[in-house]
Amino acid sequence: MNCDVCKQTSATVFLTQIVDGKMQKVNLCEPCSKEKGVTDPTGFALADLLLGLGAAQEIEKGGGAVKCPTCGFSHADFKKTGRLGCAACYDVFSDGLSGLIKGMHKGTAHVGKVPARMAKSIEREQELKDLQRGLRKAVAEENYESAAQFRDQIKNLQA
Amino acid sequence: MAIHNILTNTGEWLRGDGPHSQIVVSSRVRLARNLRGFAFPGWAKKAERLAILDAVKPAVEALPEMAEAFSVYSQDLSALEKQVLVERHLISREHAAKGVGSAVVMNRKQTISLMINEEDHLRMQGIRAGLQLRNVFKMIDKLDSQLEERLDLAFSPQLGYLTACPTNVGTGMRASAMVHLPALVLSEQINQVIQAVNKIGLAVRGLYGEGTEALGNLFQVSNQTTLGEKEEEIIERLNKVILQIIEHEQNARQMLLQKKPNTLLDHIGRGYGILRHAYCMSSKEALNLLSFMKLGIDLAFFPESYRQPIDELFMETQPAHLQKGTPQKLAAEERDTLRAEIIRAKLIDFPKPATEGRLEKGNGSGG
Repeated sequence: MNCDVCKQTSATVFLTQIVDGKMQKVNLCEPCSKEKGVTDPTGFALADLLLGLGAAQEIEKGGGAVKCPTCGFSHADFKKTGRLGCAACYDVFSDGLSGLIKGMHKGTAHVGKVPARMAKSIEREQELKDLQRGLRKAVAEENYESAAQFRDQIKNLQA
Repeated sequence: MAIHNILTNTGEWLRGDGPHSQIVVSSRVRLARNLRGFAFPGWAKKAERLAILDAVKPAVEALPEMAEAFSVYSQDLSALEKQVLVERHLISREHAAKGVGSAVVMNRKQTISLMINEEDHLRMQGIRAGLQLRNVFKMIDKLDSQLEERLDLAFSPQLGYLTACPTNVGTGMRASAMVHLPALVLSEQINQVIQAVNKIGLAVRGLYGEGTEALGNLFQVSNQTTLGEKEEEIIERLNKVILQIIEHEQNARQMLLQKKPNTLLDHIGRGYGILRHAYCMSSKEALNLLSFMKLGIDLAFFPESYRQPIDELFMETQPAHLQKGTPQKLAAEERDTLRAEIIRAKLIDFPKPATEGRLEKGNGSGG
């Protein structure tokens, strides 16, 4: 099989990339792979060096989305840099990250400072959740009077 | 304020006044913060980094604490100026490598410095002399509270402050104390101490942070984890451990005085002799010898009034501080010559170690 780029030398590097959810296979020869910046897969990932051995695999194990829709950051980028692309990456890669975070920290939930403006919205979100739970329960129990009350309260909160 | 003023005047923390200042050189606390809706600096393209800078820089400059602050874009600082700031622990080595798209803002007293677009959008650091982690945290926490009114920060109810590196997520806080532990090094107990500290989730590093050597018997002790613990709890835990390390160092000093006074005096005496008479000295050698001079003052082998020149030399003999005093670019060898010259001049009337009555007597018959 010849290299997809130069089409002359036989390919020794087989790269599978998933771009926008579509799998792409590329076969490259040694010089072309270096030129295209495909890093040596047997080499050390920076993520491993920075965050401890196995960090790069951990994040890949998470599966789920492969690329952050907000900033375009991928597993491979994490492996290369040991850093994330943007705040949204924490959600996108949450499955893989949770194992990693568990291993490196004292706990898995933040218990420290909350920005004042966040504190309000977090409280509101919690209240909203409680009301919605109440509404579902009332509907299930066919208690329409109380359901209507919950509905109004939710409306008020969302206004 | 001009960079010139920052560079010629040393910061408040360098003047060495503070609780436990014999052993604890300085206390530092830094918070990592990011804006919502922007990529982290390492991943953001140049245009995005500039947009972040435009949002963050005016906001931090507007803080009351930062009135008359020194504020500068990274590309407007020379490599030497950046290195001076690194040696004073006002910016990180990583930040010194940044160009267009980054900036640093620091107050006149050099107790607060804010790095924009380092690894995170904003890194706020407070630094004070001696052991005062609580005070430094309060100072920087207040700044953060004012800033969060002006900036929309990336925060998750579950994970806390979101940072470029998952090792900082949660509080985004790294608190550290720089400690001078010559007696623990001399008595070869330092590795035990480091291991014990590591076991409880704290890190011990060299003078300039991660992966650096412990020059001059100076170590940085800091928290390793940032998630699952309140800021105040982290500070308290660290504070307690530092107090224990101070006690161990003091015990080791007493032990050396009583059991091995000759070894101790040999180090102090050699430090004194070499510093006063050398004509060529690397910064590493200078730090290591100055460390024993500092110990000599702590143990009253030298008068207390000679503490200041020694403390000053710790900083003045660093490569960039040395270079900034001379107009022409110095090669490493020339720096070593100049360093020896500065030290000799500064210690010219330094008294001999007062060993009277403190020396271990030879065992009579001798040999």
